[in-house]
Amino acid sequence: MSEKKDFYQFTGTKGYIVSRSLVEAVNCAIALERPLLIKGEPGTGKTLLAEHVSEGLGMPMESWHIKSTSKAMEGLYVYDTLQRLNDARFGEGNVEDIRSYIKLGPMGRVFSAEKRHVLLIDEIDKADLEFPNDILRELDEMQFTVMETGDEVKAKERPVVIITSNNEKELPDAFLRRCVFHFIDFPTPDLMKEIVDVHHPNLDTQLLDQVLIKFYWLRGQPDLRKKPSTSELIDWISALRRSGLSDGQLSEHIPFIGSLLKNEADTAALADFEERGGKMPEDWSDLGPRYNQ
Amino acid sequence: MFLDFFYEMRDEGIPVAMQEWQMFMTVLERGLHDSSLMSFYNLAKSTLVKSETYFDAFDRVFAKVFKGVEGELSVSDELEEWLRDPENFKDLTDEQREMLEELDANELMRRFLETLEEQDERHDGGGRWVGTGGHSPFGHSGEHPTGIRVGGESKNRSAMKVAEDRRFQDYRTDVTLDVRNVKVALKRLRHLTREGGEDELDLDETVDETCRNAGEIELVYRPERRNNVRLLLLMDVGGTMDPYYEPVSRLLTALHEERGLRDFRPYYFHNCIYERVGTTADLYMKDAVPTGDLLRRYDERWKVLIVGDAAMHPAELMNPRGNINPRHESESRGIDWLMKFREHFERIVWMNPDPQSDWEHTRTTQVIQSIFPMLPLSLDGIQDAVTTLVGARPSAAGVTRH
Repeated sequence: MSEKKDFYQFTGTKGYIVSRSLVEAVNCAIALERPLLIKGEPGTGKTLLAEHVSEGLGMPMESWHIKSTSKAMEGLYVYDTLQRLNDARFGEGNVEDIRSYIKLGPMGRVFSAEKRHVLLIDEIDKADLEFPNDILRELDEMQFTVMETGDEVKAKERPVVIITSNNEKELPDAFLRRCVFHFIDFPTPDLMKEIVDVHHPNLDTQLLDQVLIKFYWLRGQPDLRKKPSTSELIDWISALRRSGLSDGQLSEHIPFIGSLLKNEADTAALADFEERGGKMPEDWSDLGPRYNQ
Repeated sequence: MFLDFFYEMRDEGIPVAMQEWQMFMTVLERGLHDSSLMSFYNLAKSTLVKSETYFDAFDRVFAKVFKGVEGELSVSDELEEWLRDPENFKDLTDEQREMLEELDANELMRRFLETLEEQDERHDGGGRWVGTGGHSPFGHSGEHPTGIRVGGESKNRSAMKVAEDRRFQDYRTDVTLDVRNVKVALKRLRHLTREGGEDELDLDETVDETCRNAGEIELVYRPERRNNVRLLLLMDVGGTMDPYYEPVSRLLTALHEERGLRDFRPYYFHNCIYERVGTTADLYMKDAVPTGDLLRRYDERWKVLIVGDAAMHPAELMNPRGNINPRHESESRGIDWLMKFREHFERIVWMNPDPQSDWEHTRTTQVIQSIFPMLPLSLDGIQDAVTTLVGARPSAAGVTRH
């Protein structure tokens, strides 16, 4: 029972609002020493989470941004053979010492660090399908061997591993089994108000209400190609504030639509809707039962 | 009761295995759920379910198992509220603590649920009831609401309520198809080989060549591994396929946008494949090509995906001059063409948008099912189709030949 007190290690930070379920998932992953896999719509703050966990726990962070060409080995270490060959050819550098040609990757650096780190493996689904399987053992045991030298790199303190995925590819079962999973659901209007408050404090409540009604209404349109996300909402409010608009001007027209909709077809569809004199919602009750509980 | 939870989840098709279960047990043993049903729900979900597509199924199971009877809520909304109330917490004696720690997770769970069921009013102190400041294993103890910035969600909402809401229905994969989902499924449609341009350093060869060159560095490159899958798509259009316009067009969009394939060629037909197939979905005669050309042009390594409802008049499949369009009338039977496809290509899958339960009621569907492996046009079906097209070969026993 004594462990309960240590459970809530991470409770969010000033600049990052978290839902209770996310707090619990993060702390569960920390307590079990398992990687935390975060999925969710783009723009829901998956990557930011790692930064704020690192800030909240006071641990340094190391990020590994995955690209389509990323290989598992790169995260551990890279043996720069070409450099060594070149040095051997021209008699430069310390060719005798193979270790000076072995450069640790993000995972390698975190494992060999003295202090406990937060390791962010960002957008793991961008890589090859087999990629997650290739780092499975290393993540499990938190150690690996540098093949060229036989050196063991073993984590003194198991890092807090946070992995994000945009769901572009299915992740292998064996990999999933080892993770604590959390899906960041799109924030509810109430949570969204808190999030907006962090970025735009002291926003007029009436304006905020109008902004959010329009925003959730837009997101609710079924034929939208690309739904606007939280980060787009924040940008949009910035634009609105700079232009000094009041809530009255929002009722019939959505200004600066370019900051919300990033798809031509969507912008055209909305313009068409406005031209036909379509009625935009003015109140939460216009949005249907989902927002009126 | 607790094991029921496990098996109910498996019955619902949630892939929970021992590994996840153990992880969950560890959570319970260490009391991480902190006696709150909401936390219990959250942690169970985080550790047991690894994809949002199963959230809906999980919610259903959770509501069913932890409520006993559907439609009745045995946990009051306030319960959670006063569990979180930081009441004066009485220190437990060592003896009591020891006793509590000896309870295994299963027992703990059983008692937790029993207690919840029995309880119907607020309870502080005491040794059995769920309440604040007590020494029951389920009392509130360490969670200070002031210490956590909890967002606006789930205020006054019990886990049951959340589970009942089933907000994750949209993420189910067995019912809906969207372009992105389909693309994810299609990503597995691949077979890697080394062919084409040389753009990866081949270290072994470089060292060998450099040695042969008396130390003068000679870089050797080799082609990177690339997808070698070529896909031939044959799609039924018009008539009975019209109601399936949406899912079919999504599959088509995803296939067209799929850059990973080495080659992709779509063709169209109506009801069944005969002498000619269309190169466009409107099936204009002038754009049609002889089906025989397809068999000549594409060798057996091409993967073939046929999409159609397979439901037609038996004559359209079994009789000469079966083509429903009299202008395209021909001597050869539709079934003969299908057999030719089966003989020619190694891997063929037929995807059927009709509900799987209807298949057995249509004679032609059953006949076609005996020729090609048939799968439903759902996300799961597409995944299975991809496996059938590029996965390991099924054992000989699995293939039925007539």
